[in-house]
Amino acid sequence: MIYADNAATTKMSEGAIATMVSTINETYGNPSSLYEFGQKAKEVLENAREVVAAQIGAEPREILFTSGGSEADNQAILSAAKLGEKDGKKHIISTAFEHHAVLHTLEKLKKEGFEITLLDVHENGIVLPEEVDAAIREDTCLVTIMYANNEIGTIQPIKEIGAVCRRKKVLFHTDAVQAIGHVKIDVNEQNIDMLSASAHKFHGPKGVGFLYAKKGIRLSNLIEGGAQERGKRAGTENVPGIAATATALQEVVADIDKNREHLVPIRDKIIAGLKEIPHSALNGDAERRLPSNINFCFEGIEGESLLLLLDDKGIAASSGSACTSGSLDPSHVLLAIGRVHDVAHGSLRLSLGEDVTDEDADYIIKSVKEVVEYLRGFSPVWRNLVAGKIPFIL
Amino acid sequence: MALYSEKVMDHFRNPRNVGVIEDADGVGEVGNAKCGDIMKMYLKIDDDVITDVKFETFGCGSAIASSSMATELIKGKPVSEARQLTNQAVVEALDGLPAHKLHCSVLAQEAIEAALTDYEQKKEKS
Ligand SMILES: Cc1ncc(COP(=O)(O)O)c(C=O)c1O
Repeated sequence: MIYADNAATTKMSEGAIATMVSTINETYGNPSSLYEFGQKAKEVLENAREVVAAQIGAEPREILFTSGGSEADNQAILSAAKLGEKDGKKHIISTAFEHHAVLHTLEKLKKEGFEITLLDVHENGIVLPEEVDAAIREDTCLVTIMYANNEIGTIQPIKEIGAVCRRKKVLFHTDAVQAIGHVKIDVNEQNIDMLSASAHKFHGPKGVGFLYAKKGIRLSNLIEGGAQERGKRAGTENVPGIAATATALQEVVADIDKNREHLVPIRDKIIAGLKEIPHSALNGDAERRLPSNINFCFEGIEGESLLLLLDDKGIAASSGSACTSGSLDPSHVLLAIGRVHDVAHGSLRLSLGEDVTDEDADYIIKSVKEVVEYLRGFSPVWRNLVAGKIPFIL
Repeated sequence: MALYSEKVMDHFRNPRNVGVIEDADGVGEVGNAKCGDIMKMYLKIDDDVITDVKFETFGCGSAIASSSMATELIKGKPVSEARQLTNQAVVEALDGLPAHKLHCSVLAQEAIEAALTDYEQKKEKS
């Protein structure tokens, strides 16, 4: 069994599980309670905050624990919008291929009278800092651009975009859910004002994440109630989950270089292998992408049947086809990089785990080749392409 | 919980009647690649009885399974009976489809209808 869907979620690390279990067993007090049980839990919580902050070059007080990446994205964007609105600034810049946690929040703001500019991500899936610069207006209150894309893995020039925003005095948020733990992040050096992360993408638990917000940025609450998280997020803290998040993050950040050195050759081997399939194409820039990400389109086949047959061969992967997205349209990310519907339906995303081996790569290449060939064998689209009745797109 | 019934997976993994009939008496194609589903049905008809049927499908697991099941339901049947095939019958024979996949069974039924219409038009001409 090869689990190649780590961009969807990851297996918790042994260290994170151990931390979680020991916290559940030993530190079950409420961090808001004044007696010893509570104060012990408080200590665990604040220690986790320090560890997490240190991994991205932030201060502990700049870290707010949330229920995950979606909540962090929502809070960052809605807070910036509220701050902007106070100054009469109701323009936000983002990109067409953000996660829906960002895009749907922006749509909500649009209904409230905000103007949204979605920048082009080009064929290679990378935003140009000069286009961010050109899009910023007098009334721009926020630029929100993801660090690495969740489907095609392309890594954005975050430091440069951040520099543009600093110069123009506009808040800059990045959804780093897919990047953190794969790419070195230093919020100060990279000019980041706000950053979202999610623990289950880096071998931590599901349902925990955090928002980094630079000191001085006034956050608005999504959840009202108690005074937890400096009054910015009510509710008794998920102490075991947060403690495990800190353990998981510390582990992955310590191993960034080691994992990259291991993953990049395997990734590139799979990319080279899949390129041998006729009328296929890699989605997103070949170099400026996450070490774990491979995303291809294969002409003449549909993604869901590809996934089901790969599952039969013991490979868990994902696709951007309409059938797997549960909507009529294929992935908005693939459409944003200019793939037309016909080929976007035939996409495959492999997101490798750090434990992937060279033999796994061989098996993946062989299996994908077999399945694509098999499905093309009875695809009327493929027949028409081969017969020259319709032109090849890829 | 599995996405599909055993029956659907069986017809998806081992589709019946896959392929092309070169000298088909009726051919029907429905759907489009933009939406992600295309089905093509080929019928061989003798004395108004469907003696052979083959299909080609570009689509998801339930599209492939629906095409396969639909061919089984009409093979050896008189044209008049095949005309009566409903998408419901395809769904039932597959032990159900998820709600958002019901359109696959509709497409299979429509592909057969299109192939039968093609057959009847050809017959009228000759
Ligand atoms: C880029 C990106 N942002 C946000 C999220 C949402 O994170 P969570 O599942 O923790 O809410 C995800 C996860 O799918 C993601 O990939």
